[in-house]
Amino acid sequence: MDKRMFAIFACFAVLLCGCVKKAQPATEASKDDQIVVGFSQVGAESEWRVANTESIKAALSVENGYELIYDDARQEQENQIRAIRNFIQQNVDYIVFSPKLETGWNSILQEAKEAGIPVIMIDRDIIVEEEDLFTAYIGSDFRKEGEKAVVWLENLLEKQGRTEEPIRIVHIQGTIGSSAQIGRTSALEQGIKNNINWEMVAQECGDFTRAKAYEVMGAILEQTKDIDVVYCENDGEALGAIDAMEEVGIKCDANDGVIVISFDATRLGLEYCLKGKIALDVECNPQQGPYVDAIIQKLERGEPIERENLIEETQFDCFTITQKMIDDRKY
Amino acid sequence: MKDSSKSIMQSQKLILKRKGLSDTKLLLLITVSLFVILYILSAILFADRNFAKYSVFFNLFNNKAYLLMLALGLTIVMISGSIDISVGGVTGLVSMVIATMLVDSTVSAVWSIPVALAIGIVFGIVQGYLIAYMDIQPFIVTLSGMFFARGMISVINPRSVPITDEMFMCWSSARVYIPFLYNVRRHGTHDVAYLTPAAIVAIIVMIVIIIMCKKTKFGRSLYAIGGNPQSALLMGVNVKRTKFLAHVLCGLLAGIGGLLYTLFAPSGNPGNGYGYEIDAISSSVIGGVMLSGGVGLPIGTFFGVLINALIERVVPLLGIVDASWPRIITSAFLFAFIVLQSVFARGTGRRLTRSRIT
Repeated sequence: MDKRMFAIFACFAVLLCGCVKKAQPATEASKDDQIVVGFSQVGAESEWRVANTESIKAALSVENGYELIYDDARQEQENQIRAIRNFIQQNVDYIVFSPKLETGWNSILQEAKEAGIPVIMIDRDIIVEEEDLFTAYIGSDFRKEGEKAVVWLENLLEKQGRTEEPIRIVHIQGTIGSSAQIGRTSALEQGIKNNINWEMVAQECGDFTRAKAYEVMGAILEQTKDIDVVYCENDGEALGAIDAMEEVGIKCDANDGVIVISFDATRLGLEYCLKGKIALDVECNPQQGPYVDAIIQKLERGEPIERENLIEETQFDCFTITQKMIDDRKY
Repeated sequence: MKDSSKSIMQSQKLILKRKGLSDTKLLLLITVSLFVILYILSAILFADRNFAKYSVFFNLFNNKAYLLMLALGLTIVMISGSIDISVGGVTGLVSMVIATMLVDSTVSAVWSIPVALAIGIVFGIVQGYLIAYMDIQPFIVTLSGMFFARGMISVINPRSVPITDEMFMCWSSARVYIPFLYNVRRHGTHDVAYLTPAAIVAIIVMIVIIIMCKKTKFGRSLYAIGGNPQSALLMGVNVKRTKFLAHVLCGLLAGIGGLLYTLFAPSGNPGNGYGYEIDAISSSVIGGVMLSGGVGLPIGTFFGVLINALIERVVPLLGIVDASWPRIITSAFLFAFIVLQSVFARGTGRRLTRSRIT
């Protein structure tokens, strides 16, 4: 019996000690004048996402006068709904979240609205019944990213004097229905309409992953090896497509070979760009933290804000990229 | 002759009952006090985060209504000495079927209820038959059930499907406010505590299960076959049938859990319900149910689920950024409870041998 009681007490003591010890820093940090922000991130599935989280955390730091409650939804909408509901009950001043899906948010956003808490959405757009269910949206203009790539390609082909000869394009799409895929695809399709010598040889879904793009590109190469341009909708797909092409001996080079166009500008993607394998990498900027900070500060001062905030993005091509440009980037 | 066998049966029943209840009660007491201590502790530590609010407490039910269903199902099969790891897959399958079914609103949302229950029962019947009558290992049977459910989800729809059906969304966003239980918000509005229809369904089902385990013959047979199948057989309990019914009931509860889950997160997603069987098992174990069978109470599982909800709620407030921490802390609890249970099991074993010797 003594042993039993001892075991019970030991278990209790260990558990409670753990809780108390960890809890202390959080209580110390919470001061009255701090702005409390609840941030529900969709997950940590990619390099891009991790950089996005880091950016928000850096911008909404204690030094900047914020208390950030961070919640990782592990790719489940259900966890995000729960997190937002918890934020509402914890009387946070602002809610920031990157929605997992486009729909299913009406009732939870209604709750936030009733509680008078402004909601700032980042990265992905959602469909809601009433427009005023969220306060602001911060994200990339995916259509513009695609247009940048199309303009760059037009200029390059003109410089190479290939405006007359047929340009055979392979298009590897992202996850169908995601806002990045919709924007980037529509820009390319418009580009093909505008340039009569451009021709789409194949259009397949690579699901934003290296493995799927490798598989899809391999199947395309079995049908034809006469390709001029490969338009991939993110870096993962570009790497997969390059793997598949190099395997059958096709050279990926903007001057003398297949022109590979990609998006996101992750570190690995830019390294491929430096090697000349990716001809153009259009940036999809994850540094959304400063924008969130700016909007919150405006709302605090009672100033009007823009509902839709598109963030600035640049592009890298294999002719101008340097090692220094890669090193200077934060992610 | 007949009388003597009857008296043996009764005495055996008594031994089983006494052994089951004393351990069960102690484990339950630990679970309940742990929950209360944790809650009070968080209320003190996070006073500025409104832990003492009524609505926070009631939200623990709203957030975990579906998990309560899954955990109760597992409690029943675990008491009977079996296991079911397909419940997470069934939850995901139900949510995907409902979402796909309602996609163009040609079918009334009312149909989602019988469909959810039917899917659960079919899983329960097939798995229960294989386990009870064909005598196949429950782990393997339900593992294949889990794979089947996961595979079917992708066959039905590999992408995420939002639910827009008006009637279904109305059920999903309905609130039953609890009068007089409110706190005043900073802006002066009232934060009234509420329960969602899903939470109310869950609580009613739980009460039914508690009564069933305690009062009915089936409930008592569950404890008997889990504690010792041989003596249960000698006592005249239909072991196979009881085990079969336990699995059917678990499947039914998984079906209800899937429906409640879909009401909570109204969209079908290939990843829905992933790993929930593990959450359900851990909630049951923390609630005092023994994996070896014969010991455990549904009400304990209820507190196990509440502890699970509380951990998930508290961890983000600790300033811990990594999403894996709730799982790590749950694992610490689980570990502590398994150690406790083994201490109990050894204690009772020794007591029994001692009494046999004397």
